[in-house]
Amino acid sequence: MSQSMLSQIVNLLAALLLLIAFAMLSQRRILTLIKLLAWQGAALAASTLIVALETGQTHLYFSAFLTLILKVVMIPWVLHRLIDRLHVRWDIETMLNIPTTMLVGIGLAIFAFALATPISQMASALTRSTLGIALASVLLSFLMMIVRRKAVPQVIGFLSMENGLFLAATSATYGMPLVVELGVALDVLVGTFIFGIFFFHIREQFDSLDIRHMEKLKEED
Amino acid sequence: MEHLPGVAFQVLQSVLVVLAAPLLMGWVNQCRAWLQNRSAPSLLLPYWTLAKLFHKDAVIARDASAIFRMTPYVIFGCMWLAGGIVPVLATGLPFAPAADIIALVGVFALARVFSALAALDIGTAFGGIGARREMLIGFLAEPAMLMTLFTAAFISGSTQLTTIVDTLGHRDFAIYPSLAFAAVAFLMVLLAENARIPIDNPTTHLELTMLHEAMILEYSARHLALIEWAMSIKLFAYMTIGIALFLPWGIAPAGDWGALPLAVGALVLKLALAGAGLSVLEAIFAKLRLFLAPEFLSTAFLLAVLGMLMHFLVRG
Repeated sequence: MSQSMLSQIVNLLAALLLLIAFAMLSQRRILTLIKLLAWQGAALAASTLIVALETGQTHLYFSAFLTLILKVVMIPWVLHRLIDRLHVRWDIETMLNIPTTMLVGIGLAIFAFALATPISQMASALTRSTLGIALASVLLSFLMMIVRRKAVPQVIGFLSMENGLFLAATSATYGMPLVVELGVALDVLVGTFIFGIFFFHIREQFDSLDIRHMEKLKEED
Repeated sequence: MEHLPGVAFQVLQSVLVVLAAPLLMGWVNQCRAWLQNRSAPSLLLPYWTLAKLFHKDAVIARDASAIFRMTPYVIFGCMWLAGGIVPVLATGLPFAPAADIIALVGVFALARVFSALAALDIGTAFGGIGARREMLIGFLAEPAMLMTLFTAAFISGSTQLTTIVDTLGHRDFAIYPSLAFAAVAFLMVLLAENARIPIDNPTTHLELTMLHEAMILEYSARHLALIEWAMSIKLFAYMTIGIALFLPWGIAPAGDWGALPLAVGALVLKLALAGAGLSVLEAIFAKLRLFLAPEFLSTAFLLAVLGMLMHFLVRG
């Protein structure tokens, strides 16, 4: 396959990643949210693999493999176990209604694209046009963390933000050194476990996973 | 006289659209029946229904005004016009410059306005409900539809549907993420605009849940036949717009008789697949509550806008 074809496929996968970020923003069910996170990881792994094929950098193969294992299998599995043990299957509460959130999301996407266009014109990497998409999906995950009330969707938002950052890293600089990537991957995994422990503590303290209760934790003077 | 082959193609296409539209409806119904494990009705059932309705005497309410009588003809005319403009068999038809994509959406809107007026005209409660719901869906679906069409227009640099098809049909193969987004958005608009399942159930007999059917409850005989026929032409037109935008290969240039058999074959194949796909979608989705319809259509709008943005970002 020609190089331009490969970079088109990368563009398509990046677009898919952004689409999944939007789908997560509009999703009401927690199980579907986890499934979407796994799909986002799969799209990310595929696009990393194609960038690796295109540039022939061996460490990108490793990171694609790592993404596949970690983000498609491990983290969704951990999250599944967590919500099983926490007995949380509720519909997700949002601060804004969903069409409004989507409109805000479009605004963020436009902002990210406008911000990335001048940067990517200076870049020479084949995958430069995905930088805007990566930035948009980071901002969208950020938005998701802001508008969701419960702890589990917020953590999923955080993990999806990491996906966006990873895409930005591969598209802007063909990935970070392997050591850094290994470190980040480990951090994300450990982070998920720690969040899990947090969930249990939050629930023990407040009988709920609603983040609003955390506001009561102020020191009284 | 050099326009003669073009005119012949135009006449051929217009007649074909009107005659073949009920067949597409019959095919969709047949596929859906198979998927629901029912014995399928005949492929030609929509024709028999139309023939039966045309033979009956029309009953019209005493208070009905001229709008009520006019509307079936207006709707049928609008849909037929749309069927003549969309490049179904060939590009560069003499009718094509009559309306670009924006005017085409306007033609559909004209039909919608008239059917809503006619529904309100009789003054029954169901007519009012139907008209209000139809306008709600319409005002949400139209911007999404326009955005979808604009994405394709930006890629090909023209708002003429026939130019778009020419450009997209004869390019080198390339993946356009923007068109993928637009295609999903277009599919959602198609379902909403043609009163298909996530938004409306075309086979329902429960008046309270009706959208489109509630508007035409008062129509009978030839008026009803014309409206039903127009609806099947509308479905045909939407499907061929979708095919023209997203799968334009195999279409013939106007006046080229040699390319015609291939164009007809490709069209039949694509429509058969599209009809089967539509019935699969209808089998796996449940009808949404009316209040979730804005969410469905705002998602379509979002996808269409994203497609357009994606075009500017990745130039493809």
